[in-house]
Amino acid sequence: MAKLKVEDLKRIKESVKGTVNLRDGAARVKVTVHMGTCGIAAGARTVMNTLLREIESRQVQDVILTSSGCAGLCSHEPMITVEVKETAPVKYVKLDADKTKRIFTEHIMGGNAIVEYAFSIGSERTR
Amino acid sequence: MEKVYRTHLLLCAGTGCVASGALNVRDALCAEIKQRDLADEIYVTTTGCNGFCAAGPLLVAYPDGIFYQKLTPADVPAFVDEYLVKGRVAKKHLFEPKKGAAPIPKLSDIGFFGHQVLVALRNRGLIDPDKIDEYIARDGYLGTAKALTEMEPQQIIDEILASGLRGRGGAGFPTGLKWRFAAEATGSPKYILCNADEGDPGAFMDRSILESDPHAVIEGMIIGAKAIGAHQGYVYVRAEYPLAIERLERAIQQAQDYGLLGEDILGSGYDMNIDLYFGAGAFVCGEETALMQSIEGRRGMPRQRPPFPAHQGLWGRPSVLNNVETFANVAQIIHRGAIWFSSLGTPKSTGTKVFALTGNVKNIGLIEVPMGTPLRTIVYDIGGGIPKKKKLKAVQVGGPSGGCIPEHMIDTPVDFESIPATGAIMGSGGLVVMDSGTCMVDVAKFFLEFTADESCGKCTPCREGTYQMLEILTRICHGKGQFEDIGTLEQLSRMIGASSLCGLGQTAPNPVLTTIRYFRDEYEEHINDKRCRAKTCKALLRFWVDPEMCRKCGLCVPACPVDAIKWEKKEVAEILLDKCTRCTSCYQACPFDAIE
Repeated sequence: MAKLKVEDLKRIKESVKGTVNLRDGAARVKVTVHMGTCGIAAGARTVMNTLLREIESRQVQDVILTSSGCAGLCSHEPMITVEVKETAPVKYVKLDADKTKRIFTEHIMGGNAIVEYAFSIGSERTR
Repeated sequence: MEKVYRTHLLLCAGTGCVASGALNVRDALCAEIKQRDLADEIYVTTTGCNGFCAAGPLLVAYPDGIFYQKLTPADVPAFVDEYLVKGRVAKKHLFEPKKGAAPIPKLSDIGFFGHQVLVALRNRGLIDPDKIDEYIARDGYLGTAKALTEMEPQQIIDEILASGLRGRGGAGFPTGLKWRFAAEATGSPKYILCNADEGDPGAFMDRSILESDPHAVIEGMIIGAKAIGAHQGYVYVRAEYPLAIERLERAIQQAQDYGLLGEDILGSGYDMNIDLYFGAGAFVCGEETALMQSIEGRRGMPRQRPPFPAHQGLWGRPSVLNNVETFANVAQIIHRGAIWFSSLGTPKSTGTKVFALTGNVKNIGLIEVPMGTPLRTIVYDIGGGIPKKKKLKAVQVGGPSGGCIPEHMIDTPVDFESIPATGAIMGSGGLVVMDSGTCMVDVAKFFLEFTADESCGKCTPCREGTYQMLEILTRICHGKGQFEDIGTLEQLSRMIGASSLCGLGQTAPNPVLTTIRYFRDEYEEHINDKRCRAKTCKALLRFWVDPEMCRKCGLCVPACPVDAIKWEKKEVAEILLDKCTRCTSCYQACPFDAIE
């Protein structure tokens, strides 16, 4: 093991930042994969894995990925919700690996929602 | 390349949780996750003590920040199914604040965690203590880098002085001042020592820091070494802390591999090594001169000061000894600045303090609060109050050298000025909450038994004085107290406090003095009325049934293990005193408080 210099501390910090960011909750984008029974049956796991591998290969540090239950629209699964900080959440429906990759490039990284895959914008009303 | 996961499960593997089965839970979790083919999505790791030991085995799930408690291997399949597969919060393991209220899942919303401010414990439950990279990712070793490459020893000392950091081992001596004395002392080599000989009954602050964040302590020692001009450090750690030792050894090895210990640290030209020395668990070895004698291979006994260790310490060389928690604050002060640190706490007691919260309180565990936090916040907001609808009687602060602060002084802030004003001491951080079922004479006796036992025997006031005081206290608890005993105890206390050689004897009378000061009526009851209101001193108990309160239910009969209760249906029960062993079973079993 080579002895470290001060710059190396920063390098190590960068390389493990993703791990620690996830625990800090400091992220620019939060992507929720809806993984109810319906979602999983329709292929949500493929979507989840695609997203994980995209984050990994691009070494993205500021995107957190999480799962939640059925969004109530089982016929449109697999679904994801993309929330870019300070913008309204966008729900995408009927996804597959290729669509997911495009969403990752254009919306998650590029900041432009893909209208043709999008189902809705904003959240449900709750009270 | 770093692998990405959607969820991290950080399972507490502090000594408390390991004892309640955390490692079995981890194995079950890993097996279940593998079986469900989730191993690529879910990352399971272990951390040091999370602090909320009463709720263990426990884990925190990120990024959701959900706190899950009381897990067993049998719960794991359902937990994985609910939380990781279906993505729903696993309600069964959420922390429940009060009966009826909705469970609160978020860590920061739980009173126990919400009122705490973490500095010394900032990495607890957040990093894997066995992975130096995770420590570095949380700004680890940046303080060391700054101190070694950008600062002169004098600047380091000035920064620590400006921060107001005071020794967390109990005495509260300004750390910067200690360092300055050693830096100015002539003599070579110099030594920097870490006191991890945590001896107070029920206290585990230092163990927890070493277990959850060993690199923070190593960093503090490197910076201290540079400040005083030392190149060798020793950690004096209890052999009874196997997990802390294991993690510390691994951390030292990793730091050496990275060149953060050894020669030419970070290319700065500064050399520094750390070795461990295992103590056999003598309380007196927490005293600095005794500790140094023990490292030298001699019997651990204190010696007269001066000369102070800053001038003649280990092997007669200039030495500095700081507590684990003190060192854990140092790197952050250097990295973030004295102004940041002194903004926490009170003007004279800056920063935070770690306490081991225990006794008659709902949430037992390890906590860190800003100096100046009122005891009330600690007992009620963090501790969750007194269980079983009992009333708070006193809070014991400072362990065997400390004292009991009564209920009416519950708004006392915890800092180096307010606590000693009550007659207790800050101590290293033991905090025992006592309810109305605690006998204050018995408490004083308990702590004096400890100090009399741990007295090294070198000086007469401590060796003979604590023994005599214990004799008197034992006599009082056995109903043989004499009228003049309270006065004799006070007189002995003053003499032992004034004439003992080291801190052990000087502070040993504190538990007796504070209980006499605030609970004199209980001493008088024991001596004059032969009565113990807390029903603790068995020799004083004479149980009888109040015929007006007794509902003739007979519940006391099966509770008695020695058939000492005479009872017929629809009759008032009677306790046969010649058979009664005063075990209090009937007293506790009676639903109508008819047994007195």
